Formats: sequence, C-alpha cells, structure tokens
Amino acid sequence: MNSTSESHQQMLSRHFGITPAANQFVVALAGNPNVGKSTVFNALTGLRQHTGNWPGKTVDNAQGTFTYQDQSFLLVDLPGTYSILAHSVEEQVARDFICFGRPDVTLVVLDATCLERNLNLALQVMEITPNIVVCVNLMDEARKKNIQVDIKALEQELGVPVVATAARSHEGLEELQAVLYQVAKRNLQPRPKRLVYSPEVEAAVEQLLPKINRLIDHKLDPRWVALRLLDGDQNFIDTISVHLELNPLQITKEAAV
Amino acid sequence: MIQSADTRALSTLNAGESCWVAAIELNGLLRRRILDMGMVPGTAVECVRRSPAGDPIAFKVRDSIIALRHDDASNIKVHIANKF
Repeated sequence: MNSTSESHQQMLSRHFGITPAANQFVVALAGNPNVGKSTVFNALTGLRQHTGNWPGKTVDNAQGTFTYQDQSFLLVDLPGTYSILAHSVEEQVARDFICFGRPDVTLVVLDATCLERNLNLALQVMEITPNIVVCVNLMDEARKKNIQVDIKALEQELGVPVVATAARSHEGLEELQAVLYQVAKRNLQPRPKRLVYSPEVEAAVEQLLPKINRLIDHKLDPRWVALRLLDGDQNFIDTISVHLELNPLQITKEAAV
Repeated sequence: MIQSADTRALSTLNAGESCWVAAIELNGLLRRRILDMGMVPGTAVECVRRSPAGDPIAFKVRDSIIALRHDDASNIKVHIANKF
C-alpha cells in the first residue's frame, strides 16, 4: 500500500494537512453538491471527526476515521463539486487531492435521482485513477420518485464497483465498507472504461504520451495529463510542477516539440 | 446531432417550451461549467420559468433545474422541439 511510504506521508502532511496513521488507508470522498455526501461521511465516521481548513485555502476540510475488519480508514471529505476541471478553489482542492494526494481509494457519491448529471464527475475521476468506488446515494428518494437504478448495468458500463445506499437510513453502508476494504487492499481491481475522444484528439494524445511518460515517470496517469495539456489548462501545468517538482517551462516546451 | 438551419437563442424560450441544444457559443470557465452541468449539443432543455424581468431564466436539464443569466443564455443556440 502506498500510504505507508515515508515521503508520501510527508507530502500528505505538507500539501494537504493530512496525517494518516501507519497502515491506515486513505479514502477521498468526492461528489456533486447536495448528493448527501456529508450524510455518507457522518454515517461512516460517526463522531470520530476532525474539521479544519485545507492548507492555505479558505475551504473546509473534514476528516474522520472508521474501522472495518480491524482495518482503520481515514476518510477525507472533499468539497462538493460538479467537476474537477474548472477552476474554483473547491475544484482545485478536490482535483489536487485525488491527483497528487493519491488516496488508496476515491469514493464518488452520486445522486440516484439525477444520475446523468452526476456521472460527469465519476467519469472525470475515472480518468485520473483506477482506484475508485461509486456510491449511488439517495436511493430512498429515487424510490419515492419511481426511479429505478440498475446497479449491475452501471457497474458494467463504468467498469468500477457500484454500491447503492440511502445513507440517511444506513442502507447499504455495510456493503460500501466491504467494497472500500476490498479495493483498498487491492483484492478488487476496478477497470474503469476508457473514454475515447475524437480521432484528432486521440492522435494528439498518442503524440504526447512518450514525452509525458518521460517527464512524469508514472506518478500520474499520462493519458489524463495529455488531455489536460491539450485543454491548455495552465493552472494544472503549474500545479503539476509544484507537486512533482518539475519545471513548468520544461513541460510546456516538451509538449510543444 | 440534429441538423437544422433554424436555431434560436436559448434566452428566447418562453416558460413551457422545450428545445435541443445546437451549439454553445461561450468560452472559458462559463463554457466548462455549462458542459459540466450536462448541457452539451443534443441535450434536451426545457424552459421552466422566467423571472419577472426575464433575467435570470430557469431551465430543466437532465432532471435538475439551473438558472442562467439572460446574456449567457443568449449565447446558447437551440432547435425548438415542440414542432414534432
């Protein structure tokens, strides 16, 4: 497990103000606003919580712990966002933690009553990391509106584990913990379906990949980095260089060659 | 995508009218945000209500309701759907 390495511990503490205990798994909790993310967080961690701010940001940061099968987990509540590509401070915090904090698992909470819009965030996270679990929350609300969610089909479409919950009434939380445990232990390896873009974009990505691989040395998903470079996402290029200690000019130059 | 010559600005819809998004003529962060809300070319959008001064305007997109400024909505081009 990567969270035990000492440099990773230091990095988590320095950049994110997070200090997991030895052998503790780190789970990032992401989701759109108003999907019951905090209810999931509270239901899983109870009163074992600590709140503060993200280092240098006026964005709330809540951490809590829970134990499943004698294994301790540190759950980190990320700001509620519709996306991790635009650049509000909240979205930056969420993106940076998933990307550079390298949590053992990222749990994406979706609203069962408007799945389509919520899946945008899940797909974005799937491009960054394969260590993802999707939680379709508010199943009780969905039932009231006569919305049925085919969890198995969703799982197959996405290629990642999907758990249905109604966190308010603790429905599905046991299974959620079990799946988080399996993915954190790497007993269960999600295989997120890759999004295929237009032939022009795919060709450009292919061209960039060798150079990106050389620069980032497998610390990030190279395909995702290529897509951000093509987006002209200067903020992300600057952030990469801070976290991976690269020279931003070098990245832009290499990519331009 | 639906091809048709007659597009209108999203801002011209009356409450109750439905349409398909044809093009999003916005740039930068606002464009990204609109896309993130699930409003992409081909998406069905319904005008739910207009505020008294016509700004902002509420639209139903993929089962959720969002409000857009008149100026921003005027840069989103749509095909009117209720002719069918």
